[in-house]
Amino acid sequence: MNIRITLNKLLIYTFVQSRKLLKNCYPQLLAICGFFLLCGLVLILRGQNPLEFYTTILVSGFSSFDEFGSVLFNSTPLIFTGLAVAIGYQCGLFNIGCEGQLYVAAFAATLVGIYLYLPSILLVPLCIGAAMIAGAVWGAVPGILKAKFGAHEVINTIMMNFIAVALTNFLVTSVYQEPNQMIPHTSKIYENAMLSRLGSYIPYLPKSNLLNDSFVIACVCVVFCHIFLKYTRWGYELRLVGNAPDVAAYGGIKPGVVIIWVMALSGAIAGLAGVSDVMGYRYRFLDSFSSGWGFTGIAVALLGRNHPFGVFAAALLFGLLNKVALDIELLLNVPRGLFLAGQGLLIIGLVSIESLKKKNK
Amino acid sequence: MTIIDLIPSTIRMTTPLGYAALGGIYSERSGVINIALEGLMLIGAYGYVVGTHATGSAWGGLSVGIGLGILFALLHAVATITFHAEQIVTGVAINILAIGVTDYLTPAYERVQGLPEWKLPVIGSYSFLVYLVPIIMLASHVLLFKTPWGLRLRAAGESTEALKTLSLSRAKWQYFGVIMSGILASIGGCFLASDVHYFSEGMTAGRGYVALAAVIFGNWRPLYGIAGCLLFGFASSLELADLWNIPDQVLKIIPHVLTMIVLAGLVGRSRPPAALGKMES
Repeated sequence: MNIRITLNKLLIYTFVQSRKLLKNCYPQLLAICGFFLLCGLVLILRGQNPLEFYTTILVSGFSSFDEFGSVLFNSTPLIFTGLAVAIGYQCGLFNIGCEGQLYVAAFAATLVGIYLYLPSILLVPLCIGAAMIAGAVWGAVPGILKAKFGAHEVINTIMMNFIAVALTNFLVTSVYQEPNQMIPHTSKIYENAMLSRLGSYIPYLPKSNLLNDSFVIACVCVVFCHIFLKYTRWGYELRLVGNAPDVAAYGGIKPGVVIIWVMALSGAIAGLAGVSDVMGYRYRFLDSFSSGWGFTGIAVALLGRNHPFGVFAAALLFGLLNKVALDIELLLNVPRGLFLAGQGLLIIGLVSIESLKKKNK
Repeated sequence: MTIIDLIPSTIRMTTPLGYAALGGIYSERSGVINIALEGLMLIGAYGYVVGTHATGSAWGGLSVGIGLGILFALLHAVATITFHAEQIVTGVAINILAIGVTDYLTPAYERVQGLPEWKLPVIGSYSFLVYLVPIIMLASHVLLFKTPWGLRLRAAGESTEALKTLSLSRAKWQYFGVIMSGILASIGGCFLASDVHYFSEGMTAGRGYVALAAVIFGNWRPLYGIAGCLLFGFASSLELADLWNIPDQVLKIIPHVLTMIVLAGLVGRSRPPAALGKMES
């Protein structure tokens, strides 16, 4: 009897919650459906079977623990960049500079990892700390320019992207390149700075799977961001400056100061995406290693409604797309640009639907 | 190496920036933020190469490039003006879309012909698009500041209500502004592609954003905007000049650093259109 009541309550709870979710998130769901339909349409136009496309996605993403682990591995950097964009967005800032922030952060982590010989309990936090500081500095510069001079952060973060790419390219090719190598990358970081693979302690997941501790860091980061935004004073200040800067100023909050530290925090989180590559995957800095994670982060944040948990879910979707893009390219001969183009349309469609929703209210 | 040697590369660097900046002025004067200039240039460059290859004539390429530019600008216009979507987000999305489309359909052609060139004494011969820049600049100045149409376009950018009180459509003028930016920015892209005779992924390399900075630098006026483009064009030409054995990565960042400094120094003093980015609720 008791069990039945509990079950009933649970059913009603899930029903109410999913209805709420559907009501709030239908633009997102609509955009995702549109995205997949569009991809199918392109496949038909190419004279291929769209069903083959969908089954390839399912098989390549979910057919084994190994495959799903790779999906999570591909989502890891996107969780970080998505969170970085989302945090900025909640404060009314548009951080398009994640790409640059993750490059300088990755380089800082690499330098610490190469030159310091410490036990891993010290070295790993040091590397991560160095990366976060580098990312924070890179993010704070546009923040300061905005707070002090009123220069729009969008153009400045983009300029900082180009500067970061050129700077790391210069450092890798002329100063820190691994000797006797043609590839523009640094030497490997010290073993103690490497993050371990999840496969080494999780059963079912093969040891060769690339999923590593940075995914755990990403999950922690998601929870941290949620608590930070919702339950701390700073999170409140951040959201208040984003939603009503005048009210914030009247309440004794200095919007300029908040803008600077939010951009720094956003940059630090974006920097962790660089950490996930250097310390979790390649163990060295490779020139222009990021495949547009900073920009995908924008789509991730928008699709996740700038909410940490939403970002997590959206990052999984885009991680899946990044993972299967390779198989789609190999098996169906469809260039990965299709996903990028689809991403652009998805964002446009999504913001259009959302503003229509707002208009109709 | 003297300053004189930098003139040809400065002209070639300034031209695409100039077209994009003039386009940006039309869009922003009508009140629509256009961060999509980068994507519009890229799709223009792509259209030029594909069109030239398909039709066998540079004119065909130019029209395909402009056509694609208009198409993408329309996408931006529909999303932002009709649906009131956030303009910066849409602009960034258009840029991503342009990268994706050009990557999905990468042209494999090796070399396409360039646009017809006209010779100039001493400095060299350039594509006719170079000579059009000052003409379009002056025409835009006259159109924007000396005609009733320009007044209406600017009114659309200065206030969400002004045109309504004259029972004119604000959206119509905004569509016009955004489409003009599509045409002009894609011509800039066509020039880029015709100058090097090929298309490569991401070949615009941030020029659209630099052009937008030139718009702000030029206080949303065609004449000053082109002056800003000349400044940025000169900074970029240093990159090609191989001066004093400075590593080229350092030279590459000069225009970007310059953009940031200029923005920081000027934003307070230059005045954007009052209703830029605003939509009537």
